[in-house]
Amino acid sequence: MDLSAINWAVLVASLMVAATPILLAALGELVVEKAGVLNLGVEGMMILGAICGFAVAVETGSPLVGFFGAAAGGALLALVFAVLTQVLLSNQVATGLALTLFGLGISALLGQGYVGIKPPKTEKLDFGPLSDLPVVGTILFNHDYMIYFSLALVAAVWWFLRYSRGGLILRAVGENHEAAHALGYKVVVIRFAAIAFGGACAGLGGAYLSLVRVPQWTEGMTAGAGWIALAIVVFASWRAFGVLLGAYLFGGVTVLQLNLQAAGVAVPVEYLSMSPYLITILVLVIMSADRSRAALGAPASLGRSFHASN
Amino acid sequence: MSDARAPLLKLKGLTKAYPGVIANSDVSFEIGAGEVHALLGENGAGKSTLVKMIYGLVRPDSGSMAFRGSRYEPATPHAARNAGVAMVFQHFSLFNALDVAENIALGMENPPKQRALAARITEVSEAYGLPLDPSRLVGDLSAGERQRVEIIRCLLQDPKLLIMDEPTSVLTPQEVEILFKTLRQLSAEGTAILYISHKLEEIRSLCDAATILRLGKVVGECDPKATTARDMAEMMVGQTLHVPSRETTKPGDVALKVNDLTLQSASPFGTSLKNVSFEVRKGEVFGIGGVAGNGQDELLAALSGEVETGAGAVQLKGQSVGHLGPNERRAEGLLAAPEERLGHAAAPDMNLTENAMLTGHVRENLTNRGFLNWRAAKGFAEKVIADFDVRTPGPGNAARSLSGGNLQKFVIGREILQRPDVLVVNQPTWGVDASAAADIRQALLDLAANGAAVICISQDLDELMEISDNFAALNEGRLSKPRPAAGLTVDEIGLMMGGAHDMEAAHVA
Repeated sequence: MDLSAINWAVLVASLMVAATPILLAALGELVVEKAGVLNLGVEGMMILGAICGFAVAVETGSPLVGFFGAAAGGALLALVFAVLTQVLLSNQVATGLALTLFGLGISALLGQGYVGIKPPKTEKLDFGPLSDLPVVGTILFNHDYMIYFSLALVAAVWWFLRYSRGGLILRAVGENHEAAHALGYKVVVIRFAAIAFGGACAGLGGAYLSLVRVPQWTEGMTAGAGWIALAIVVFASWRAFGVLLGAYLFGGVTVLQLNLQAAGVAVPVEYLSMSPYLITILVLVIMSADRSRAALGAPASLGRSFHASN
Repeated sequence: MSDARAPLLKLKGLTKAYPGVIANSDVSFEIGAGEVHALLGENGAGKSTLVKMIYGLVRPDSGSMAFRGSRYEPATPHAARNAGVAMVFQHFSLFNALDVAENIALGMENPPKQRALAARITEVSEAYGLPLDPSRLVGDLSAGERQRVEIIRCLLQDPKLLIMDEPTSVLTPQEVEILFKTLRQLSAEGTAILYISHKLEEIRSLCDAATILRLGKVVGECDPKATTARDMAEMMVGQTLHVPSRETTKPGDVALKVNDLTLQSASPFGTSLKNVSFEVRKGEVFGIGGVAGNGQDELLAALSGEVETGAGAVQLKGQSVGHLGPNERRAEGLLAAPEERLGHAAAPDMNLTENAMLTGHVRENLTNRGFLNWRAAKGFAEKVIADFDVRTPGPGNAARSLSGGNLQKFVIGREILQRPDVLVVNQPTWGVDASAAADIRQALLDLAANGAAVICISQDLDELMEISDNFAALNEGRLSKPRPAAGLTVDEIGLMMGGAHDMEAAHVA
């Protein structure tokens, strides 16, 4: 085994790429859950985003337009969930699971003609000489725009939830929807917006997989990334920077175990492959072990249907 | 203030019907500026619907309102707040996980920046003698402090009309005095107050006028200062009230003993019990008072067996039962009727037979080698319905379909008919109309007269004084020393309940 063969700066740079799909999806779900809605359909929205983004990018030749298409596709599927759970008051857990299965199915159908095609390349941003700096350049100044967008989105979501009036209202709706209604806030409208935002984020995450990380289209290519995103939201105690940490940790262990496999570590491959899931959840559970604090982050109305009783 | 008594709010012919029930029918009255106007009525009389219409949460089917001389038909609470109407809710419209300043900002139309708002909160809360720290989490506040949050949220908007829905049900007598002082100060400044309550003595001391609702209609108006509480009660109920009576019995042996019970609360905003000790004798009614959220739910759970404690902490007839679960305790004769009718004491979507089975199967032999005997359960449910005058078409109806008073009679009756040696009840008459409440109290007294020990946890002090032999109060998880109920004054009770929580500064002011 030769650990010196691993280039750590490259490893950090590639963990950011590996983590970004999960980070985007988890950020969206964070906002949804903060509004008091549990959408278990993240996986379905991600994979729909993956094929929508891929198809649009291939047809138009522009990855940027592709990302917009992916966000629209994810949001559209999320709105189906919103109509079912917020208007028709269906059970959120069952509807979310159905959404996942539906997303997997319809993406396979849409993707029939796109198997084996290469998408247009998403260019790296040009930072001039900064990119040539040793270590720092590799880690910070050698990425495509979606990485910087996802990091900016972490900060934006954190600021929105913590300091803006809109964020305060969103948290209030998630904490006690009856009280929010009594104060005159439109619970259902706010939740619709949150759910659509969550769907758009999941769609972007999926498209990042199919356009940048892999980059090509294969059926079922999200391979459980949506479920990990869901878990990360919970174990991060519903905090934006906790989500960032969880996603990068998962991405980091994923990339590291691939490197270890390549370096020929004498551990069965299966153990290495399961390690990202185990380690991420273990670390986040330990971090959120202070139950009183975790309970404060959890929206009290999470998963409960709201119906104005008058 | 020359126009101090000109009508501020005028309601004319307001009517609102829901499928199957007319909530308000042709309701008209007026409130003048600076007037404290009481709205009286039993549960279900239509008080809540009426104030929801004034606050823009519900739109009337017909009728009109005028506010400060112009047409007033708020479509949303935002519109109502903009017009100068503010409301303090009965079940607080607060958010536990948010801090005081955030909670207040949510109830304002154009809140200033958080820091400026915090300064305003401190300033206004001191001006009205209601100290409040804007950075604390609402979930950590006492009920009295939470109400201050609601009131200050309203005051920051300079309301012309303040609606208060049952504001004193969660306050200690000392806190009620402070609240009244604030309200009188507001009224003197020209703010009208619409005060909803069924506590008649409070209305007599505070209000200038009263409108009485029964079954959605205005049935009378009176000057509460010149009308006796009994007359007002009879206008509310529409019949002569029966006051529970009891024969005095000699207390017997100790039936239940709680010994230095300490218990961590399971919920993040719950109250842990600390060194609770008391004993109850056969034939005794032991009243436990206290403001909601001071450990009542935890105490009931520890007594009923929902939470297991050290074996010796709860002793039934000299036997340790603290380590037993609810069914084992039931078998030994310790029964409980918890507070929340829909969801805790009864399963809302199950019918009455099923609900009778749930707690009755141990003592009424409703099971046979593991199989449920539905015929016997139905018979038991029918017996409860007949003996306790539960108004329902039959035992096949879902618990949810019963009115509050009827379901409560069923829940209490179900336990009493199982001949308990010790019965623990929490809030037995909460949200129950006056005549059903009187029946329930009478049933508890009869049970004690037949030699059972009754522990009644309640926030209704009048109720506790009416039925208890001995009284103690829970305050932040500690139980005060029990004292004979006869001869206790309101001040003494208030001090047992913790007085006015950290309000000493306000007392002086």
